[in-house]
Amino acid sequence: MIPELGHFAAILGLASAIGIVATGFWGALNHQDSWVEMSIRLAKLQFGVLAIAFLLLILCFLQDDFSVLYVANNSNTELPWYYKVSGTWGAHEGSFLLWTFVTACWTLAVALRSKNLPLDLHGYVLGTLGLLNVAFLLFLLVSSNPFDRLVPNVPIQGADLNPILQDPGQVIHPPMLYIGYIGFAVAFSFGIAALCTGKLDSAWARWTRPWVNMAWGFLTIGIALGSWWAYYELGWGGWWFWDPVENASFMPWLAGIALIHSLAATEKRGAFKNWTILLALVTFSMCLVGAFLVRSGVLTSVHAFAVDPQRGLFLLGILIAVVGGALYLYFVRASTIRSRIQYWGMSRELLLLINNALLVIAVITIMLGTLYPIGYEWFNDGDKLSVGGPYFNRIFLPLMLVLAFFLALAPISQWKNTPIVLVKKSSILLAGSAVVALVLPWALWSSLNFGVACAVALALWIVATHCKSFWRQRNSLTLGFVGMVVAHVGFAIAISGVAVTSAYSNERDARLQPGESLVLNDKTYELVDVGQTNGQNYIADRAHFSVNGSKSMYPERRNYRLRQTITTEAAIAPGLFRDLYISLGEPIGNRSWGVRVQEKPLVRWIWFGAFVMAIAAMVACLDKRYKRLAKRDAIKAAVSE
Amino acid sequence: MNALRRRRILILTFLFCGGSVTVALAILALQQNLNHFYLPTEILDGTAPIERQIRAGGMVVQGSVKHNEVGLGTTFELSDLKGSTFSVQYEGLLPSLFREGQGAIVVGQLESHGAFVAHQVLAKHDENYVPPELQELHEANDP
Repeated sequence: MIPELGHFAAILGLASAIGIVATGFWGALNHQDSWVEMSIRLAKLQFGVLAIAFLLLILCFLQDDFSVLYVANNSNTELPWYYKVSGTWGAHEGSFLLWTFVTACWTLAVALRSKNLPLDLHGYVLGTLGLLNVAFLLFLLVSSNPFDRLVPNVPIQGADLNPILQDPGQVIHPPMLYIGYIGFAVAFSFGIAALCTGKLDSAWARWTRPWVNMAWGFLTIGIALGSWWAYYELGWGGWWFWDPVENASFMPWLAGIALIHSLAATEKRGAFKNWTILLALVTFSMCLVGAFLVRSGVLTSVHAFAVDPQRGLFLLGILIAVVGGALYLYFVRASTIRSRIQYWGMSRELLLLINNALLVIAVITIMLGTLYPIGYEWFNDGDKLSVGGPYFNRIFLPLMLVLAFFLALAPISQWKNTPIVLVKKSSILLAGSAVVALVLPWALWSSLNFGVACAVALALWIVATHCKSFWRQRNSLTLGFVGMVVAHVGFAIAISGVAVTSAYSNERDARLQPGESLVLNDKTYELVDVGQTNGQNYIADRAHFSVNGSKSMYPERRNYRLRQTITTEAAIAPGLFRDLYISLGEPIGNRSWGVRVQEKPLVRWIWFGAFVMAIAAMVACLDKRYKRLAKRDAIKAAVSE
Repeated sequence: MNALRRRRILILTFLFCGGSVTVALAILALQQNLNHFYLPTEILDGTAPIERQIRAGGMVVQGSVKHNEVGLGTTFELSDLKGSTFSVQYEGLLPSLFREGQGAIVVGQLESHGAFVAHQVLAKHDENYVPPELQELHEANDP
């Protein structure tokens, strides 16, 4: 009964989404309040029924209802209850139900939080969000229904959740990512609404900015969690692989940064208006491309879900319809929107333009590397190739260093034109940072690396210029400014982490018998013995390592009974300045084991920097000016109608 | 043409040139980092280039995995289960999901004497997943 109720709730969700589209657009086109209000009510209904559908699927998992195909494929009675819950979004069907539910959440948020929006804008935004969810829900119901029954042959036991997904990081990583992805649908809808109404002023930018910041913040947390999870769960110490699906999340993330910055120029100076809209449309389109790549099985990736051509075609249809429709509307309507351009020298506008140019180039090069193998296979009759990680590093890392250089000038720059004196003054700070960056790595790791020196110098410079202007403005701080400073410092932290950990990480693979040891840097790692241990649904070999004779570490090699899957559970001794990381490989010969020992300096700074950026983006949304000016903007909009 | 417009054109030209140079460099870097994929037959019949980084794959032959007496050196054989088999030398830890009778992909170089020297071995990550490169092999084997 429960699966049928869930299915029915999802159908009701589709009906209410269709209702939102009809009432939203109708109300906007005819300037009728009552219709827009109706669409707000429908947004609440959509949220309610999809929440019920989602909860019912969770209930199926908790009750071990293996008559439901999806539950039978992804759960098991032996699974701890929290992994039963997270199993709900552990594979394609359930995670797509989550996707539609998250869309409903954002729609509800827009419906409730936008009382001051002009009527027609509000109607168009809700209508567009509704339209997107119509497409998603149709896809869910037609080709990926998680409530499908497996009758009459109901299995007694389920097939278990993929063991590498049985992990706390994996419980929150997908929801965060989805909240981020679909948050950009709000920006997309605002873009469509601006094209439809033809109104794009600083009020519009002010309405859009908090949504973009929130979406980007969640996406940042989602990506950082994914990277952190890969680091400790995959068991070999890698934290970014340039895997196509990682790239699929990274491209909208970069485009999102560009959007945040170009929105700033649009709000404050009325500049780059067309460009901002295009970015809003493109950023969400990239999220859809990501969804398509992951779920259609066109690419080689550890993330790729089961291959099903029907799904791929359906998703491709949605992708083409959304992207094509949006771009068509853009090219028809964008010429009616005019920007003001009045900037000179090293103005803040120019810096934002450089920021956008660099990020767009980064996105294009990543896209080239991600899609090239797919295109190649298409045109060469199934010949397969892949693009190696070095390609991405070689292009992306220098671009980020150039970005960091201009970023450091951000707080001292001024709109229209920046006095050259200020630029000269800050170059003294750069010189200081460079000296420290040359000496510090030498002192700590006794070797010098050009890339690291550049990255650390620029990171220090960013921190210096930002702290300086923070101090200058200490009496008139706004949350928007604080958010900017903190986010940029977070970026500095992250690039230091990336540079240092990439250049100065050390690793040694060895074959050890109990009693033997290996030396890495200044530490001795002794394999004391290897024992057995049991978990709820696995058995494991557990090694005891003694580091320098004092600290004990216990890496495991787990065998999950049901799927006969072996996972490497690394032992990590975390630290602010370095992680020690031991992985237990396979047994070799009679008593020996393959072992990898790593020392990874500053690796935690990468995720810490990312979290700092995410929090800062969210804090900036709380800036009082959004509230203060919202009323004024609303009155102005009403008068102009 | 006023100064403002001239300035704007200058900036756009500069951005455009910078952008094209980067994209050109990107394409160059791409060319150097492409790893073509070859099946066991192509490794044997000379289709696969020698002493260049490539990817190859097949099923790990039962009983073929041999560890050296000391150190982490390993040799094993990859087969398409239709008679074409080549051997792989690898120095390092094998991934946790590497197993005899299952599919694996190796990244490395084919030496002139016919052995494949791998610096990376990739295995499937659960029992439902088949590396897309090996999809055809799989389908041919379990009808």
